Amino acid sequence: MGQTLSEKVIARTSGRTSVVPGEIVWCAVDLAMVHDSSGPRRLGPLLERLGAEIWDPSKVVIVTDHFTPANDQAEVEIARVTRAFAHDRGILKYHEAEGICHIVPLEQGYVRPGMLFVGADSHSTTAGVMGAFAVPIGATEMLGVFVTGEIWLKVPETTRIEWSGRLRDGCMAKDMVLTVLGEIGDDGATYQALEYGGEGVYALPFDERIVLTNMAIEHGAKAGVIPPDDLTFEMIGGAGRETAVYPDADAHYLRVLKHDASDLVPQIAWPGSPDNVAPATAAAGERIDQGYIGACTGAKYTDLAAVARILKGRRVAPGIRLLIAPASKDVMRRAAESDVLATILAAGATLLPTGCGACAGLGHGVLGPGERCISSTNRNYPGRMGHVEARVFLGSPLTVAASAVTGMVTDPRELL
Amino acid sequence: MSLRGRALVYGDDISTDQITPGKYLKLTEAEAALHAMEGIDPTFMTRVKQGDFIVGGRNFGSGSSREYAASSLRIAGIVAVIAPFFARIFFRNAINQGLAVLECPEAGQIHEGDELEVDVLAGEVRDLTQGFTLTATKLPPHILELVAAGGLVPWLERKLAAKRAT
Ligand code: SF4
Repeated sequence: MGQTLSEKVIARTSGRTSVVPGEIVWCAVDLAMVHDSSGPRRLGPLLERLGAEIWDPSKVVIVTDHFTPANDQAEVEIARVTRAFAHDRGILKYHEAEGICHIVPLEQGYVRPGMLFVGADSHSTTAGVMGAFAVPIGATEMLGVFVTGEIWLKVPETTRIEWSGRLRDGCMAKDMVLTVLGEIGDDGATYQALEYGGEGVYALPFDERIVLTNMAIEHGAKAGVIPPDDLTFEMIGGAGRETAVYPDADAHYLRVLKHDASDLVPQIAWPGSPDNVAPATAAAGERIDQGYIGACTGAKYTDLAAVARILKGRRVAPGIRLLIAPASKDVMRRAAESDVLATILAAGATLLPTGCGACAGLGHGVLGPGERCISSTNRNYPGRMGHVEARVFLGSPLTVAASAVTGMVTDPRELL
Repeated sequence: MSLRGRALVYGDDISTDQITPGKYLKLTEAEAALHAMEGIDPTFMTRVKQGDFIVGGRNFGSGSSREYAASSLRIAGIVAVIAPFFARIFFRNAINQGLAVLECPEAGQIHEGDELEVDVLAGEVRDLTQGFTLTATKLPPHILELVAAGGLVPWLERKLAAKRAT
């Protein structure tokens, strides 16, 4: 029987020719990522307790993004410990305040097709955009990887999500993800791998594809993969063809979900959970206090360009805060070199440092009780962006920008 | 591995953002544990006793991979979480932390305050108050090995010691 992309990566890294869903196998990890919250501050003392070394420092990436730039002495200390760990243990793939941990490894070209990638952060599914099998794990689990270079994995069933057609103007990849979330729920793919395909996926620019694999975890999935195409290889300078793997035509899928991207209209998630999905028009008129463009999900260059498109010649509504926390320094530089950043600032938005920030209830832009926000991030569980009684809508960057202009949840097609 | 204690019952989709709100992530593990479950139940820390169980609903521990969610429950005194099914990262984090997790489709029958006896290795949950026994999915052998060792760190410790001895 044929194999899915995920099965092929698990088979290779566990030294087998094939695997079947449900099997538990030990796999050799190709690349392991930690950030300042999940990484050295927890792993350093444990490695010392075990008297162990990192199995292969060249296969470790460390990104300081949660607690930077520091707001207090506790954060200063976390950054210091992280820096010292990278230095002392010879980790050269170390990036401080350069961007978010799921974006920087892609920008740096660390993630290659066919890799087994593990990351100590739930959105580590993001790296699947390169055709890698990328699995989120916890910090102690990562200790096992650091010491042995191996991890046990239960071979997941795969659900394939097929998008025919192309998105219409006013819709973005976020609307695709929200549509599927509304359909299967935030536990609809628990323990499974998601595999994306179809014209609607391959027509997306790379930045937009990232949104699909980034939010695979929001369906409870273990991984989200996009089998590589020419654009994938272009992202790493034409390399990667030798290691790429593709699903077989007769691969077994638990189920195949089919959608037509050209049928979509802009979507939002109502506060409380990312699967409370409805068309943006259903929430039209809901008052907001803040718009937030940020996170590994919704603050890439394409996202900022989408925001600028809405804001051009307009102003953020009086009394509304529109905060922009770019996903990386590189994104910020590109936005500054084009007219994207100038347009956003002219409209009255506030530029924040790159990093996780309010997405994780840290840094600038956290919400108070009763405050209402529409956000291009990935989660809106109670308390996620600050106070448990804050209310957060999720939407695409276009929808967030349009809502900031009117001061209430707005279908962006009205402002195109 | 038989454990006995009281059930604290919660609903579906309890996320790690609720178990350990993000603002506590910069604290130490022990400090963050003082705020366990704060986002869902501010009375939890005043009620929890060493040896209690949490009985959750579907998809317990969804969302962020933050391990403080699992370690906070363990430090607060919880010895096992019983739920119809778990979000996968929380499930692995709990095992690695030495916090037992039992997937028990009928967990919803357990009431707040019930006295439970839980056999982790056999995958059995006995409700002594109501007088019934529920079956949990049996954990595969190598995971049981981790649970029996008290988590991944002691397990690694043993493994490394065995390697050094040879
Ligand atoms: S930006 Fe948000 S979702 Fe992304 S890694 Fe940071 S905290 Fe997690």
